[in-house]
Amino acid sequence: MFNKEFEAMPVAEIKKLQLERLKWSLSHAYKNNRFYARQFDAAGFNPADFKSLDDMRRVPFLNKQNMRDNYPYGLFATPLKDVVRVHSSSGTTGNATVVGYTASDINVFAEVVARSLASYGATPDDILQVAYGYGLFTGGLGLHYGGEKLGCLTVPISGGNTERQLMLIKDFGTSILACTPSYALNIADYLEKKRPDYDMKKTSLRIGVLGAEPWSEAMRGEIEQRLGIQAYDIYGLSEVIGPGVSSECEAKSGLHVFEDHFYVEIIDPDTGEVLPEGEKGEIVYTSLTKQACPVIRYRSRDITRLYRDSCSCGRTMIKMEKVTGRSDDMLIIRGVNIFPSQIESVLMEVEGTEPHYQIIVDRSGALDDVEVKVEVAEDLFSDELKVLDNLKTKIMERFRNVLGISAKITLVEPLSIARSEGKAIRVVDKRHL
Amino acid sequence: MNVMQLSVFIENHPGHLQNVLKILGEASINIITLTIAETSDFGILRVICNKPDEALAILKKEHVICSATDVLAIEIEDKPGELCRAVTIFAQQGLNIEYMYAFTEKREGKAVMIFRFDDIEVAKEALSSQGYRIVKKIEIIGE
Repeated sequence: MFNKEFEAMPVAEIKKLQLERLKWSLSHAYKNNRFYARQFDAAGFNPADFKSLDDMRRVPFLNKQNMRDNYPYGLFATPLKDVVRVHSSSGTTGNATVVGYTASDINVFAEVVARSLASYGATPDDILQVAYGYGLFTGGLGLHYGGEKLGCLTVPISGGNTERQLMLIKDFGTSILACTPSYALNIADYLEKKRPDYDMKKTSLRIGVLGAEPWSEAMRGEIEQRLGIQAYDIYGLSEVIGPGVSSECEAKSGLHVFEDHFYVEIIDPDTGEVLPEGEKGEIVYTSLTKQACPVIRYRSRDITRLYRDSCSCGRTMIKMEKVTGRSDDMLIIRGVNIFPSQIESVLMEVEGTEPHYQIIVDRSGALDDVEVKVEVAEDLFSDELKVLDNLKTKIMERFRNVLGISAKITLVEPLSIARSEGKAIRVVDKRHL
Repeated sequence: MNVMQLSVFIENHPGHLQNVLKILGEASINIITLTIAETSDFGILRVICNKPDEALAILKKEHVICSATDVLAIEIEDKPGELCRAVTIFAQQGLNIEYMYAFTEKREGKAVMIFRFDDIEVAKEALSSQGYRIVKKIEIIGE
């Protein structure tokens, strides 16, 4: 454990610490930022009256739109002279969101990433290859500073150039690779197609630190098997700090939230009501120690569940389930809640199917019609109709058994599913609800 | 050496077949015969052409899903009952035909039958032992 004092702190003490830090964070935001002051005043909330964790439900929410509206520095609570770095989201769907860090914030950021790496079993003996993009995106620099903080030899290769990634893994003796799960699969594909001579199992690579996009257990299985590594989830949002808000441990069952820096709640995404521990809903974040950009009750849109168990790793920090979807892309089909990530899992399971898919929901009469378009991958194609028909039937049956919906499966040509900014458009909802 | 057939995945919508044929045409690939097996949402175009290796490479480059399959091509007399005679041999040997199609040769009085089997070698042997001429790639394009 990188920081046992906090990571294994008894729960009662964590809650005491959180209350103390919340008081500071709320009043810091209120006193030093005009947006928060207006929000709190409008809601009739004064941080001076904040007495117990239960009072959190009276604090107004912050959402993505608020952050966009305050572009670029509107949510800063320290003078710019104290801010040493900014990160920013890409802003493909509106104004970018900008997040600032003081030197102390950077230190917290590095600390939580170092803790994450240590929870996968990393030590200063490890060589960490950071294949997340370096730049405004928090992934590259976040993992970089965290790796250095833990004492790993940190290789700042950044994303892309698979041939070079492979060369450095071999030549430098890389033992940990940090990248997105889809890039990890990309490497596996590359090895299969272009470098059958390269044996990943003969390199020192043993751990994958994967995050920045939702991924399923099926994907974990595939990555671990094809690359011969242990794959762990690292979770975070740039609005809150970046990667390291929560992290899996070697138990691979849920992600510990670093509660001494982040306060988490689960709410009903429709009503905003706080839900009891253990229930599934939207996770909401409040920073406890951040100076430059405090986030107060930030609505992440990520759907998960929070719970405490006596984890075999010894950490007492609350756990969140691997994020299975987002409240804004959840589909309700004939009364069943479906997340695109579940559909992805089913497709991954059916052997050979690469998950390039699109879900089209329409309504004929009173019933919802679901069509799932699946791009045919080369290794899936056959000159025989019956083979392709069997594949369709298999996918259809898995949908019925796993998700409880019957869907029409349509096989389509590669690259025929619309992509925007390199990302596929997963859901087309034609219903007028 | 066996005859190589290209199998191409095509969505069942206007313009999709045309797209594939255009790629082949522009690459000076000459189609000798073709057949399409269709379902409601997609079809498989099966093509015998003069330069299958080249055609395969060019289609893949254009992100068209396709594969190469060895098929059995035999020459039969273009006369009533001749196809039946060939098929009888397969039935007697318990060989299941996955699919088949035909074209008449420019040489007089002959037809070429294309068969797809699970195990092409077994089928080939059954036919050669009955005196059938197995057509090789070279001969088809040699015209």
